[in-house]
Amino acid sequence: MRSFTKSQIRSVKGRFSAGRAVMSVFGLGLIVIIIFPVIYMIFSSFMSQEEISSYYTGIAGAGSGRAMLHLIPDKVTLGNYYSALLGTGDYWAMFWKSLLLSTVIVLIQVVISSLAGFAFAKYTFPGRRALYFGMLVLMLLPVQVTVVPNYILFSRLGLLNTWWPLILSSAFSPFGTFMMTQIFRAVPNEIIEAARLDGAGTLRLIWDIVLPVGKSGLISVVILVFIDAWNMVEQPLAFIPDPSNYPLSVFLAFLNEGNLGVSFVCGLLAMIPGLILFLYFRDELAEGIEFVGNI
Amino acid sequence: MRRDRNTAFWLMTPLLTGILIFFLIPLGVLLWQSMTFGVGGAAFVGLSNYVTVMKSVVFQLALKNTLLFIFLGVLISVVVSFLVALMLRRRFLGSGLLRSVILFPMFLPVSAVVILVMLFFSETGAFNVILEAMGVPLVDWMNSEYAFALVLGLYIMKSFGFNVILFLASLTMIPKELYEAADMEGAGPVHKVFHITIPMISPTLFFVIILSISNCTKSFREIFILGGEHPHKSVYMLSHFIHNNMQNLSYQRLSVATVLVVLFVAALAGVLYYGELKMEERLR
Repeated sequence: MRSFTKSQIRSVKGRFSAGRAVMSVFGLGLIVIIIFPVIYMIFSSFMSQEEISSYYTGIAGAGSGRAMLHLIPDKVTLGNYYSALLGTGDYWAMFWKSLLLSTVIVLIQVVISSLAGFAFAKYTFPGRRALYFGMLVLMLLPVQVTVVPNYILFSRLGLLNTWWPLILSSAFSPFGTFMMTQIFRAVPNEIIEAARLDGAGTLRLIWDIVLPVGKSGLISVVILVFIDAWNMVEQPLAFIPDPSNYPLSVFLAFLNEGNLGVSFVCGLLAMIPGLILFLYFRDELAEGIEFVGNI
Repeated sequence: MRRDRNTAFWLMTPLLTGILIFFLIPLGVLLWQSMTFGVGGAAFVGLSNYVTVMKSVVFQLALKNTLLFIFLGVLISVVVSFLVALMLRRRFLGSGLLRSVILFPMFLPVSAVVILVMLFFSETGAFNVILEAMGVPLVDWMNSEYAFALVLGLYIMKSFGFNVILFLASLTMIPKELYEAADMEGAGPVHKVFHITIPMISPTLFFVIILSISNCTKSFREIFILGGEHPHKSVYMLSHFIHNNMQNLSYQRLSVATVLVVLFVAALAGVLYYGELKMEERLR
C-alpha cells in the first residue's frame, strides 16, 4: 500500500473535479452536435411544406430573405409520412429492394472475407505480406478508380441496368478481409488446434469455432459493410443508366429538390435499418475490435 | 500458424478471383491506356500523357486538395477520437449518453446531410443568419473557401465515433500495472500517454488511420452531391478529376490520374505499414 500525504490527496481530488467539469462541458457539446441533426429531422418531418417554406424563405421557399432556425412545429401534421409511405408505394418498394441489395452484399462479403481472413490470420505462405499489403492499397482506393474499366466489363456482359454490377463491385472489396484478418488473429491458436485434434475440417472450424469467438468483430464488419452498401451513390450512377432502377440511396441523395417535409421523412426512414443493427448489437459493438498488429 | 499452402490458397480463391476481375484487370487496362494515344489506344506514347496531366492546373489543384483533406481529416479525426476515448474512460456528466449516441452520425444518410447543409449553410441559411447577428457577413459555405472546412467537419463528425469505439476497446487492454509502475516513478499524465498509452495501442492506431483514410475517399460522395461536378475550387478532389474526365471521354487523362492515385495510395500505405511493423518490433 502506498500512503499519500494530505496535500497529494487534495491536489488529485482538485484536478479530478476540475477535469471532470471540462470533460462534462466538452462531452455535452459533442452530444448536442451528434444528436441535433437527428432531432431536427424528426421535428421537421412533422411540419407541412408551407411551414418549412415560410421559415426558410429563399432556400426552400419562394422569394428571398433570411432563414430562421425553426425547431418545434407550429402545427403537427402527418402529411409527409402519408405521402412518403402511402402516397405512391414507390418508396417502400425501393426500400425493400435496397435492403435486399445491401443484405446480399453483406452476406457475400462476410463469406469471402471469413475464408480469406482465416487464411491470412492463421496460415503462413510465401507472399503473404505482399498480398496483404496489396489488399490494403486496393481498399484505400476511391471507387471512381475502377468505375470505367468495370463499366466496360459490365456492358460487355450485358449487366448494365441490373443490380449485378452494384453487388459484384462491392462484394469483393478487400475491406472485409482486412478486418476479418485482424479479428481472427486475436483468436487463440490453442482453441483452433484443439478443434483440429477433435477432427474438425477447416470450414467447420471457421463456422463453429472461429466466427463465434470473433463475433463482436464480425458484427462491426457487418455494420460497416451494410452502411457502405446502403449509402452507395457512385456505383449506381455509373452502372445504372435508367433512373427508375436506382436504389434508395441515389433516389434519396437527389430528393431535396422537391418537398422538404417528405425528404425529412425519407431520410429518417433510411436511418432505420442501420439503427436497428446498431441497437441490436450495441454490446458487441462496444467491445470493439482487438487489433494485434500487422501480419 | 499452419504452413499448409494449399488450404490457404483455396480459402483465398473467392477473394482473389474477385480482386483479379474487378480490380487488377481493370487497373491493368487503365495502366495500358495511360500510355497510349487516340481512340482505343491506337498509338503507344509512353509517359507523355503523364507529363501533360501532371502539368495541368486542374490536376494539381485536385491533388493538393485531396492531400490536404486526407492529412487534416485524418489528423483531426484521430486526435479528437483519441481524446474522446481517453475522456470516456472516466465518468462525467453525460458520459453514458455520449457513449450510446456516439455512432449516430455514422448512420446519417447522405440525403439528410445534404438537406441540413442546404438549410443551414447556404447563403441565407439558419447558421449564417445566427452568424450575421454576431456581425459576421453572410457567405454561401459550399460556394466559398469555407466549403473545405464544412466538408472536413462533416467527415470528422461521421467518422470519429467508430474510431472512439476502437480506441476504447484497445485502451481497456493495457495492463494497469504499467500505469502503476509509472506512477511510482512519478510520471505525469502527459508522459504516461506518450510512453505507455500510445505505444501500447499502436496496432489500433494504425488501423484507425487506415480506416480514416478510407472514410476520406468515401466522404467525397457528399462533396459530389453537395457541390455537383464542378464544386468550389477548394473542394475539387481527385475523384472529381477522374469523374469529369470520364464524362468528357478523356480516358487517357483519367487513366493517368488513376495510376497516379494508385501509386500515391501505395506509397502512403507503405509508409504506414512499415512504420507500424517497426513500432511492433520495438515493443517486442
